[in-house]
Amino acid sequence: MATALFFIFAGFAIACAISCVYHKNPLYSAISLIGVFIALACVYLTLAAPFIAVVQILVYAGAIMVLVVFVIMLLNLEEESPLNRLRYLYGIGGALGLVLLAQTFFIFYAVTKNQDKNLKPDDSVGQTLNIGAAMYTEYLLPVEIVGILLLMAIIGAMIMSRRLRRAKLELVVDNKEE
Amino acid sequence: MESILQTTFPFAVIGIAIFLAFNGVLMIVAYTVLAERKVLGWIQGRIGPNRVGPWGVLQPFADLLKFIFKEEIAPDKSTKFVYFLAPFVALTCALMPIIVYPFGPPINLEAAGIDLAALLPYGLGEGIKQIPLTIAQLDVGVLYILAITSVGVYGIALAGWSSNSKYSLFGGLRSSAQMISYELAMGASVIGVVMLAGSLNLNEIIYAQIHSPFKWFIIPQFIGFIVFLIAAFAETNRVPFDLPEAETEIVAGFHTEYSALKFALFFMAEYVNMFTVSVMGTVLFLGGWYIPGLSYIFEPGSIPYAIFSHVGFLLKIFGFLFLYIWVRGTLPRFRFDQLMTFGWKFLLPLSLANVILTVIIVFLLNR
Amino acid sequence: MEPSLASYLALSGILFTIGAVGVIYKRNAIGMFMCIELMLNAVNLSFVAFSRYYSDVTGQLFVFVVMSVAAAEAAVGLGIIITFFRNKLSVDVDDASILRN
Repeated sequence: MATALFFIFAGFAIACAISCVYHKNPLYSAISLIGVFIALACVYLTLAAPFIAVVQILVYAGAIMVLVVFVIMLLNLEEESPLNRLRYLYGIGGALGLVLLAQTFFIFYAVTKNQDKNLKPDDSVGQTLNIGAAMYTEYLLPVEIVGILLLMAIIGAMIMSRRLRRAKLELVVDNKEE
Repeated sequence: MESILQTTFPFAVIGIAIFLAFNGVLMIVAYTVLAERKVLGWIQGRIGPNRVGPWGVLQPFADLLKFIFKEEIAPDKSTKFVYFLAPFVALTCALMPIIVYPFGPPINLEAAGIDLAALLPYGLGEGIKQIPLTIAQLDVGVLYILAITSVGVYGIALAGWSSNSKYSLFGGLRSSAQMISYELAMGASVIGVVMLAGSLNLNEIIYAQIHSPFKWFIIPQFIGFIVFLIAAFAETNRVPFDLPEAETEIVAGFHTEYSALKFALFFMAEYVNMFTVSVMGTVLFLGGWYIPGLSYIFEPGSIPYAIFSHVGFLLKIFGFLFLYIWVRGTLPRFRFDQLMTFGWKFLLPLSLANVILTVIIVFLLNR
Repeated sequence: MEPSLASYLALSGILFTIGAVGVIYKRNAIGMFMCIELMLNAVNLSFVAFSRYYSDVTGQLFVFVVMSVAAAEAAVGLGIIITFFRNKLSVDVDDASILRN
């Protein structure tokens, strides 16, 4: 049962990921990426990690991608133009993809062949209680650091997206139109 | 044959339960629409719909038939795929939280005097001690509802973008900005309750409020309740926060270009969302299905106890739904900058202060 | 029967590959940003898989940290993109060449 669900959602995730890279229109990419996130949340459920699955949807699909979609709609982005002067990137990208894919298959082969005897799958790891207990005892310092990082990000984003002075903005727009 | 039955039996039971729950909720939602029109009529000194059936009770079915038989129109330059996808996203995300609703207390088969093993053939009923009136006992129920409803904003945003109409786009943009802003306040207002209950499971939260109406979290968490209520109005795009579909400013907002059944899907999604936040309000702050004093009349776990608790649960939800309609008949709409200022500068600090206060009090009490 | 650890790692690897190729092929900043998110997610998947198969909660906590970093990255990154769009009326990374001449 878990295997069937895993393969369904894995296939869905890979299809959505390919569609995310393939589409030129940013909004289609964003929709595909949301599909990937939701499929991955379902895969987390087959790994008995309900907390991570729900947080995945809450943070990625519910917050980050809403922001991305909001920005795409706000800026009214058109379809991106094709590569003009960086043509060699096609070659590099293809080569990198092949190398990474080969590595993936090697990992799959190696892990399947040398089954680790120490594996002890345990369903209780993913429960909210255990995650919370670990988060506020053993891993308190990383959590605090993450909090400070988020605070810095908030301040940084506010400073970054402050509106320019009106005159300067109009100057830039006029130059472009000419 | 027997082994196949034993494997498929749990899935069949869950499937039937989901079917019943979905249809029940959709029926309640249909009559919420009728109730809204009637109550608004009374508030405004009118009669309301009264032509279809006695007192207009068949009006929802007439509406549905009208929606089905109207012509489907898609704008010429709309992005077709996204345009058709948006209503389905909205309704799916609105319906998915139904599986974690605690509809009532679990029925204890021993207390109810039912022997399921004797009733069902092939030994299907063996080992079942109690029947929970919840479809899925999720460990993370509260977070699940928040997560799914936060995905629902895509329905509105994509509808606004794909319609290729300036009013729709305004509605979509307003909606996504509003949802992001008020989601934070809503999440922060729930934290206090979760801390007091010590669990994210909706049934556990109800069990933490049981035994007395003074244990309901509305009393220790009154600030949280107020913040939750306001944020719930904003999350469901209801008056006074109905800016995404403000008809006096932007025609009909994100669903300007939608007609017939696709409009009906958006319409249903809005009312199912109202139902969902009412369930959350009931469970988190008003004790869910718990009725004070009922355990003295019926034994907990018996069937009449479950039925009366379920009715009590529905009555609390109807109270919330009536509040929605009442507010719609009474209050004017916010301006958009007022909405943002209110959300970020008043509601969010208030809910964070509530969280900190709760932390301090819980810490002092548990010392 | 459950899927093996190797199949989760394979899924993670394939998603990472797609994301990495996408970062190179995409020319607009938002597209690149989304492909980076895809790569982060692929890594998260392998963390959760290891965490389950070795019964160690550390992996899931690391996922939590990665998600927070992704959220911070979204806030700052989209701020940069909006500022860039205000200046250039484009989000194409090839246009970000002020420092070149």
